Amino acid sequence: MTMKQIIVRGLATAGIVLTSGLALAAGQYGPGVSDTEIKIGNTMPYSGPASAYGAIGKAETAYFAMINEQGGINGRKINFVTRDDGYSPPKTVEVVRQLVEQDQVLLMFNPLGTPPNTAIQGYLNDNKVPQLFVATGADKWNDPKHFPWTMGYQPSYRIEARIYGRYILKTLPAAKIAVLYQNDDFGKDYLIGLREALGAKADKMIIATQTYETTDPTVDSQIVSLQGSGADVLLTAAIPKFAAQAIRKVYDIGWKPTHFMTNVSSSVGAVFRPAGPEKGIGIISAAYGKDPTDPQWQDAPDFKEWLAWMKKYNSSASVADANNVYGYGVAFLLVNVLKACGNNLTRENVMKQAASLHGLVGPMSLPGIAISTSADDFAPIKQMQLEKFDGTTWQLFGEVISGSGS
Amino acid sequence: MTEGFTAVAPDKLAVDRYAGLSAGSWRWIVALALIALAAVLPFAVSNYHVFELTLVMIYAIAVLGLNILTGYNGQISLGHGAFFAAGAYTAAILMHHYGVPYWATVPPAALICFALGVLFGLPALRFEGPYLALVTLAMALAMPQLLKYFDTWTGGQQGINLVKPVPPASLGIDRDRWLYLVVLAVLLVAMRIAANMLHGRTGRAFVAIRDQPIAAAAMGIHTARYKTLAFGTSTLLTGVAGALAAIVIGYVSPEGYSLFLSISFLVGSAVGGIATIGGAIVGGLFIQFVPNFANDISDAAPGAIYGLAMLLFMYAMPRGVVGSLGPWLARSMQQVHRLGFRRK
Repeated sequence: MTMKQIIVRGLATAGIVLTSGLALAAGQYGPGVSDTEIKIGNTMPYSGPASAYGAIGKAETAYFAMINEQGGINGRKINFVTRDDGYSPPKTVEVVRQLVEQDQVLLMFNPLGTPPNTAIQGYLNDNKVPQLFVATGADKWNDPKHFPWTMGYQPSYRIEARIYGRYILKTLPAAKIAVLYQNDDFGKDYLIGLREALGAKADKMIIATQTYETTDPTVDSQIVSLQGSGADVLLTAAIPKFAAQAIRKVYDIGWKPTHFMTNVSSSVGAVFRPAGPEKGIGIISAAYGKDPTDPQWQDAPDFKEWLAWMKKYNSSASVADANNVYGYGVAFLLVNVLKACGNNLTRENVMKQAASLHGLVGPMSLPGIAISTSADDFAPIKQMQLEKFDGTTWQLFGEVISGSGS
Repeated sequence: MTEGFTAVAPDKLAVDRYAGLSAGSWRWIVALALIALAAVLPFAVSNYHVFELTLVMIYAIAVLGLNILTGYNGQISLGHGAFFAAGAYTAAILMHHYGVPYWATVPPAALICFALGVLFGLPALRFEGPYLALVTLAMALAMPQLLKYFDTWTGGQQGINLVKPVPPASLGIDRDRWLYLVVLAVLLVAMRIAANMLHGRTGRAFVAIRDQPIAAAAMGIHTARYKTLAFGTSTLLTGVAGALAAIVIGYVSPEGYSLFLSISFLVGSAVGGIATIGGAIVGGLFIQFVPNFANDISDAAPGAIYGLAMLLFMYAMPRGVVGSLGPWLARSMQQVHRLGFRRK
């Protein structure tokens, strides 16, 4: 080998080492990340029929403002780009493409709504962009085998129904169950979850089901016919207006089943007061977060912190609106995942860290409820606690129950 | 009011010659140049902008459909979002349940929407002006709920996810650019057909019925037949646009076809120029870009900005962009032309 060859080879090797070294350093940052910034994308219905949920996006913006003021995440400020999709899936597709391709965000965080998330799931997974902690109650987001870039957040309707089912099996094994559900995916998920929990006994135990359409004036006739079936347990999967009607009718006809009410309609102000609070005494529901209007949390440290944050960073929002608790909790979770990523802020590592949460306790969650994920479990919150209505507010009882698995 | 709608007669210069070519030839040259520009445009911008422009053209086809009905025939529809949805779901159901390739779903969508439009047009014959608007409004309101009701076909609230179209491998271009070219081709065909129809006998019948229904009937125009035809053609085009939208977006669900969609078609139509063909493109641009622009200006009140933009357009150009600028442009051209002649 001549001297010249040696030099050339040496230089070439050095070159390879150098460039691969550079590639490695650059490889630690995904799109949207620099030494000073992490760019996060989000879609929310700030306009249109679901605009009440826009409060979540505003709460998240306010949470990241607080984090940035405290110095950011490992010195990097969060640049939270949240855009309006009006709850219209075609618009969501357009807005998400803008966020991913033009704004170059690292990930999509907490996009809201089942149809909007369904519309973007294929695109984000094809392009290997994290669709992290989606804001929907559907069950399909925990499917890491087919959609390794999509992860859920809150307990799904099915998980909640499984919790009721498990409780019924344990405490009322001879129950004859009637189900009143809304005739769409929301309502049907409750029936599916309940059947999953009851297993082989489902056909024997569920003796009557009735559905209603959101266009129906009342559910009175459905309640009467469910009572006629001789059931002694009633599960109501209805939105607030119909839930209030069901509570009132069940009471008025003198039916006294053990009544389970979906978490969607557990609001005291929107459901139980209109129905007549005394008519709802003894109704059972399930929860995972602290209700900001519940007096029993007034002195809890996390409630005080939340209230201080509301006053300083989100003062235009209502402290009675549970959406502000939701946004606060899910933004906390993202910040934790990003912290865990350290200086390796690639999309792959974000998903890896998001799938490695072990018993993380979020602020404003009920005592004993923790967030856990793994490579084949993309449902962060799976636990809920049962609660019973006492005529003025909800009283938690029993242990925290997990709704995971089948 | 009505005379404002009358289309510009573009054939005034047909016999004059300029630089050795007739005005007709010049129009062809300009048109071909514009088409060539539209065809190369996607290769000069990013994928996201290609996608946006594809949506613009889809909205333009839908607005063109509405222009035929509202602009030329004087029937106001607040329900074209429903026909857009019908086209979209026809394409989605054929692709999802029957495995029909995406390009083959557009003709059935056209046929079904034509049939729906004719059927809807028959009872609509009894309604005029604001009453018809109300009937079509009912249609727009009912559509999302109907889609949820027939959930074995439509997937209910979850909607239907569609397989992504694959561009022909021999062309070596990506999906976004391929779909852009497909939609461009459909838009050009739609504009050509609309122009042929509207600038001929049928178009004159449409306009006559709009401006002087009694006189038109007295002159032997079969009012009912032409009104129904206008309805059918209009919904056909809007349905085709819906099918293309489903293919390009890759997902359909009831939330995508709210009343607001129907209203934005009408807004696009008015802003572009209600009895014009080129106005449809301006309408498409307005529908696509103005809401985004409004959002960028103000997170708090995008609706107010959108409304303001609409007001400004309608005050500055009450006949729409093309309806107002078109005649002005034609007059200027004529003047330039005359000057040219004098110099000779």
